Amino acid sequence: MLEIKNLHAEIENEGREILRGLDLQVKPGEVHAIMGPNGAGKSTLSHVLAGKPGYRVTEGAALLDGVDILDMDPALRAANGVFLAFQYPVEIPGVANMTFLKAALNAQRKARGEEEISTPDFMRLVRTEAGKLKITQDMLKRPVNVGFSGGEKKRNEILQMAILQPKLCILDETDSGLDIDALKVVSEGVNALRAPNRSFIVITHYQRLLDHIRPDVVHVLSKGRIVKTGGPELALELEAKGYADYASEEAA
Amino acid sequence: MAAVKETVDQVRAIDVDQYKYGFETDIESERARKGLGEDVIRFISAKKNEPEWMLEWRLDAYKRWLTMEEPTWARVHYPQIDFQDIYYYAAPKSTPGPKSLDEVDPELLKTYEKLGIPLREQAVLAGVEGAKVAVDAVFDSVSVVTTFREELSKHGIIFCSISEAMREHPDLVKKYLGSVVPVTDNYYATLNSAVFSDGSFVYIPEGVRCPMELSTYFRINEKKTGQFERTLIIAEKGSYVSYLEGCTAPQRDENQLHAAVVELVAMEDAEIKYSTVQNWYPGDKDGKGGIYNFVTKRGDCRGDRSKISWTQVETGSAITWKYPSCILRGDDSKGEFYSIAVSNGRQQVDSGTKMIHLGKRTSSRIISKGISAGHSQNTYRGQVKVNRKADGARSFTNCDSLLIGHDCGAHTVPYLESGNPRAKVEHEATTSKISDDQLFYCISRGLDPEEAVALIVNGFVRDVLQQLPMEFAVEAQKLIGVSLEGSVG
Repeated sequence: MLEIKNLHAEIENEGREILRGLDLQVKPGEVHAIMGPNGAGKSTLSHVLAGKPGYRVTEGAALLDGVDILDMDPALRAANGVFLAFQYPVEIPGVANMTFLKAALNAQRKARGEEEISTPDFMRLVRTEAGKLKITQDMLKRPVNVGFSGGEKKRNEILQMAILQPKLCILDETDSGLDIDALKVVSEGVNALRAPNRSFIVITHYQRLLDHIRPDVVHVLSKGRIVKTGGPELALELEAKGYADYASEEAA
Repeated sequence: MAAVKETVDQVRAIDVDQYKYGFETDIESERARKGLGEDVIRFISAKKNEPEWMLEWRLDAYKRWLTMEEPTWARVHYPQIDFQDIYYYAAPKSTPGPKSLDEVDPELLKTYEKLGIPLREQAVLAGVEGAKVAVDAVFDSVSVVTTFREELSKHGIIFCSISEAMREHPDLVKKYLGSVVPVTDNYYATLNSAVFSDGSFVYIPEGVRCPMELSTYFRINEKKTGQFERTLIIAEKGSYVSYLEGCTAPQRDENQLHAAVVELVAMEDAEIKYSTVQNWYPGDKDGKGGIYNFVTKRGDCRGDRSKISWTQVETGSAITWKYPSCILRGDDSKGEFYSIAVSNGRQQVDSGTKMIHLGKRTSSRIISKGISAGHSQNTYRGQVKVNRKADGARSFTNCDSLLIGHDCGAHTVPYLESGNPRAKVEHEATTSKISDDQLFYCISRGLDPEEAVALIVNGFVRDVLQQLPMEFAVEAQKLIGVSLEGSVG
């Protein structure tokens, strides 16, 4: 599914290297957790994979089903199945959530050479998926993320994921700012989306999220590289011992 | 990076001078000599078989115009206009007074087709029954086709060209022409009074609710021909009318002067809704060749409880100088101004409104959304004036500016004057930028950069779009997207 090889990336205007030869392999249907101290490069990894401007890839590749996504512009990556659930979902005043979802879905379909979804089909799809995530009609009509609580914003990210049906889901600290109830709803949403042809990269600081989204593999990221890989027990170990062993020099 | 390259290519591909509506129709026209003088005014008046009083009115305006100076207070810059280097009258050559579509120049009908006039209107032009929009098409200066007159006349509504109104309804024209925008109101309005070529005339009798939206398509189609429209709408007691105005113009090399005057009169309990979508040629990427649009639009809420509502979507023209205003004379009268002004490339917009509160408990509401991209400058200039006697007057202004990119400017210049201590005047203004985060959020969901900008901008202007009649709103939304093409990268 995803194969990251020797990925080096730096912040564009500073020239400071954040990812320093990162290797990662995620097989179809797997959930990989990436943990690590502040400044290790966790968010940078998610941004580079999604194609956020402001980073320069200096070396390496990220192959999704054998095709390097780093050569694609971000919209095309989305159409090819890359989805980033934002740590801080962005507000778009005046654009109804529903309108946004439909525009995104149709843009992706168009890029893949598919027909636009019909309005009745779209309405049915949204109603079903929103219901699972306890997203109200009101939230669908409100402008994207405007006035949403922290929990509502994250649920909205998962709704987008459910509608867009990506191959690779990257969750960037989705647990931040969530109370325990919201965490449960979001996790259930993610678990419901687990499928043999869909992989997840779950970036988190805390073991807590992994109680709900059970990873197949846990990685420790430090100083821009994967320094340790293990099973779910690794997360528990980190929770108990902290990141002292892997402290990043950038961590302050 | 690939993304950057693609954007650059896109920008090249949609270079502003490849203006979508840039074509010309080959129709012979009769025109006045180049330049301005009494002879030209006599020529225009004679061409239109005008009554003597109208000629006098024009000549008087011309004499006054000669003593006036071009205003310079707006935040727009352009080379000196040589008023002697312009043709002031051009009429498409056609058989006199076409009575049916068969008599209309087929080139003209083709032009409408190219303009993408909605099917509904084409159906009207083709004489299909059941279509419900009346089109008074203004093609270079002369009204060529006026439809649906019969149905309208059943209600006693008059909808015709202003030249025709002068001949058929001289009393109404005499009574109201220049009563809202006086001949000497301003430099361009005075020029218009002297040389106006044609425009629309609407009269809604007492108690009548106009059964359809009235619409006009303007098109400037003669090289170096100034377009001087004159529109007059009168809504008698308790009547209602919604008027739509939308325009596109072909590409050309030299600047075109456009100085229209629109006058609205609303009597007791009458309501006029005037909507505009303006998409004239904005000039090439260096700002060359675009339309100069100096418009005077004013409504007079003459009767108690009358209401006038202006809604405009301005995306075209190299220079826009336009302040649709309301004089709130009647007690409890209401004025509204909803505006979307989009500027890109080298466009300059100085637009806003004036709300003059004279009557008691008058109220006004101003919602302005300015969007600047490219190297454009976009100014909102609005005046709210409350007269000493306007007890209980209320006014609310909300003025938002959105910047796209780093080379454009947005300016807000409100003038609030209250002569009444009990009046309530509010003004809110914000300026924001489309943030990189917003853009990336949309793009990461699969939208291309242009779609993303269009989506964000359409969200920004939603409050105003909602004021437009449904079909217009859809067109306007598309137009805004098209106008901002090439603004990101």
